[in-house]
Amino acid sequence: MSYIIKGRTCDYEVVIGLEVHCQVISNAKLFSGASAASGGTPNDHVAFIDAGFPGMLPVVNKFCVEQAVKTGLGLNAVINKESVFARKNYFYADLPQGYQISQFDKPIVGNGYLEIELENGSTKKIGIERLHLEQDAGKSIHDMLPGKSCIDLNRSGVALMEIVSKPDMSSPFEAGAYLTKLRSIVRYLETCDGNMNEGSMRCDANVSVRPVGSTELRTRCEIKNVNSIRYLMQAIEYEANRHVDAYDNGEEIYQETRLFNAHKKETRSMRGKENANDYRYFPDPDLAFPLIVTDELLEKVKNSMPEMPDEKSKRFMTDYKLSEEDAKRLVSEKSVAEYFEEAVKEKGSDAKKAAALILVELAAIMGEKQIENIRDLKTTASRLGRITALVEDGTIGLRIAKELLPMIEESDKEPEAIIEEKGLKQVSDTKEIEKIIDKIIADNPKNVEEYKAGKEKLFGFFVGQAMKATQGKANPGIINNILKEKLK
Amino acid sequence: MADLTSLSIAELSKGFNNKEFSSTEVTKAYIENMEKGRKYNAFITETAEHALKQAQESDKRISKGERLSDLDGVPLGIKDLFCTENIRTTAASRILENFVPPYESTVTSKLLQAGSVFIGKTNLDEFAMGGANLTSYFGQAVNPVKRQDGAEVVTGGSSGGSAAAVAADMCAGATGTDTGGSIRQPAAFCGIVGIKPTYGRCSRYGIIAYASSLDQAGPMTKTVEDAAIMLEKMAGFDEFDSTSADVAVPDFKAVLKNGVKGLKIGMPKEFLNNDLNAEIAAAWHEGKEILEKAGAEVKEISLPNMKYALATYYIIAPAEASSNLARYDGVRFGLRVDGSSLDEMYENTRSAGFGAEVQRRIMIGTYVLSAGYYDAYYLKALNVRKLIRQDYINAFKEVDAILTPVAPTTAFTIEESKTFDPVTNYLQDAFTVPVNLAKLPAISVPVKTAANGLPIGLQLIGKDFDEETLFKGAYVLEQNNSWSRK
Repeated sequence: MSYIIKGRTCDYEVVIGLEVHCQVISNAKLFSGASAASGGTPNDHVAFIDAGFPGMLPVVNKFCVEQAVKTGLGLNAVINKESVFARKNYFYADLPQGYQISQFDKPIVGNGYLEIELENGSTKKIGIERLHLEQDAGKSIHDMLPGKSCIDLNRSGVALMEIVSKPDMSSPFEAGAYLTKLRSIVRYLETCDGNMNEGSMRCDANVSVRPVGSTELRTRCEIKNVNSIRYLMQAIEYEANRHVDAYDNGEEIYQETRLFNAHKKETRSMRGKENANDYRYFPDPDLAFPLIVTDELLEKVKNSMPEMPDEKSKRFMTDYKLSEEDAKRLVSEKSVAEYFEEAVKEKGSDAKKAAALILVELAAIMGEKQIENIRDLKTTASRLGRITALVEDGTIGLRIAKELLPMIEESDKEPEAIIEEKGLKQVSDTKEIEKIIDKIIADNPKNVEEYKAGKEKLFGFFVGQAMKATQGKANPGIINNILKEKLK
Repeated sequence: MADLTSLSIAELSKGFNNKEFSSTEVTKAYIENMEKGRKYNAFITETAEHALKQAQESDKRISKGERLSDLDGVPLGIKDLFCTENIRTTAASRILENFVPPYESTVTSKLLQAGSVFIGKTNLDEFAMGGANLTSYFGQAVNPVKRQDGAEVVTGGSSGGSAAAVAADMCAGATGTDTGGSIRQPAAFCGIVGIKPTYGRCSRYGIIAYASSLDQAGPMTKTVEDAAIMLEKMAGFDEFDSTSADVAVPDFKAVLKNGVKGLKIGMPKEFLNNDLNAEIAAAWHEGKEILEKAGAEVKEISLPNMKYALATYYIIAPAEASSNLARYDGVRFGLRVDGSSLDEMYENTRSAGFGAEVQRRIMIGTYVLSAGYYDAYYLKALNVRKLIRQDYINAFKEVDAILTPVAPTTAFTIEESKTFDPVTNYLQDAFTVPVNLAKLPAISVPVKTAANGLPIGLQLIGKDFDEETLFKGAYVLEQNNSWSRK
């Protein structure tokens, strides 16, 4: 089920590589002691070096180096013991030094990979080419004062990791899955908060197409700053089709940088290659080079590695007897995995039911209410765990359990209190249920006849009627047993 | 009272300790000289008032017997490349004409902590780019030493203002910086002592950068002993400079007079050729004899790659400079000349703000780093630089220090300099530049007076962080030569 675009002349496949900028979680900036916190009064956390003052020198923040190494390990990547900070020279008003300190031919992290899950459930390895450290620029604000531009240097010098994939993705879905997985990894590692809408994770996509079966790499276009996974997928789809149309019409594709317009769902040219800067990279003589990752540092970081999503899902399958699918879905967000494990710590709770409620019911509520973090739900992990325990001990049925969740979101009350208040306890009194079933059988003679004649599907109808009559509170096991007996 | 301004730092220090005179008296005498010596244009900014306040503080300490160091109370000139808190720092450029740093460089703050008095900011070539102090936006500095025919000659550069200020007794000592000879050559032209320590010995924090991998601060003084006193206070590891060396600073003064007996001194045969000016060669020979007489063994050595040093330097230094000077863009500080677009503002600002030589080096540097030229120029230069350093390392297997001239000529007149094309100017640096490329320490000391009446200096080059040997050798040269300062 590969992703193919049908052109007039031939079928095309898409070649996608992603460059992702991740803002490093760190108190201070990459080369200065100023706060790396986002927001704040403009130009409030700016050291003299962040403003490029004469004679000021950069000193590398060792913690940021550790964060990069940690991320590299999380991407199964080679950690380069020696790397070099280089200057990328260009003029812009929010680039105070006139160059960005980055890494060019010797990045701190080399080849690695991550695994994504495809639509058919199989996995695919996506290669990582490199990860390097660099400093962010400041921010230009053009609409604050008429005829003037304002510069905010709070962001200037903040540490970024640029993570460059190999051109291994061949559909918008794969690109989306890659970005989701990468975000999950950096969140597990706590090296980047992964918040795309706040700009702490930014993505550029390199897209080209080629006839199916060909191994050539055609001219690619770079789509800049696509700030959500959905937009990324839309942008790639548009761009790939644009290439196909061009080739179909005998036109050429020029290497250029393009911007995605989320409203029109299209990309437009930002600057062509002829306007490309010559960055004149050279090793930064202000920093003693090479930058050395010592064995001690590597060992320290290795020892601080948390359990990663792939390991965690395997453990969930063993420890909680979850299906592979459920386990993988639970671990894809660190916060969800932690929520799950906290829920099943509740006495009498059930892991499978907890997983199902999280992945179906709570996911639906979060989607509906546009809640990003599961921790923002009123249904806390403890409440969810207790609900599954109440199902397990027969206090409520599964249907009631599901219905409880929106009620908790509404009222922020404890599940036990709602059950009490609304009388939602499961009816396990055989006599009462028998009475109800007798009435149903008496009211539906035709269906009884048909069932007895062999239309077994109707059994569900009787169960449904019984549940309806008890407002879902009847114990389904008991209903089943009585119905089977009475309909013999 | 004897002329206080003719005393060395060591003599001043003794006088302060014995309460023969106060720092205020000394500082006033220097201020008087500074004002009388304005014809030399040695200072860009005079800070007389500020200096007198510092001198009073110093006198208070002296009277309480709490003198901080040999430098406490001593008036110094500060090259206007060192950022000084709340004191204008220009780099002799129009682009920083009104720049007042809100911070102090590490070297000057160490000197302040040692109790020294800052009398003013000295003239230099713009952004330290030049060898005659002719590229300063604030005008050329003039050498206090006249040629025998009475002609005024250049101070050398880039630390020309510091050299002139010390030579004309306008301060007891001064700071300089040396990227390709900018301490040693003006010291030689003006007949004073200057040392460029090992790269990393002094912090570069707060010194306006020319070429970061070559720039190094050092003292410029009347005597070798003073250089030892000053360097000790300027040097030391600084966590704010990633290229600063975490190496202990020895007591240079303590070894100064230990002599050179048994030391092996090398003379590179590559410089002993017919092109060398006869008088410079004679001075070099005199230096050799002085050292031999004092018990050193002088032998010929080979530094085969020296012929590539100038070309290498004039690729690496401009490359770094082109990037280091990108920050002078009119956006945050310094000169701004408006334009109708951001690019036009950059062009207007930088065209008006930078002088011709600075613009030339920015262009050379931009060119050698450009796509398609990087490998042929910059990368090759980095590799040759390694070879040059290796030459010295090989030589130091046989010798303890290397003796060479500082400059190929004595100081020239401004008229003569006008006949030089840029390449001829760059050739002035042939003896000094290789040392910066190799990151080694070297001291310049005057040894002889040429027939034209101008001083000739010799240079001793040492091993990494072996400034002690240089001080020992330079002291011997100083005490036994035919040259006298006045």
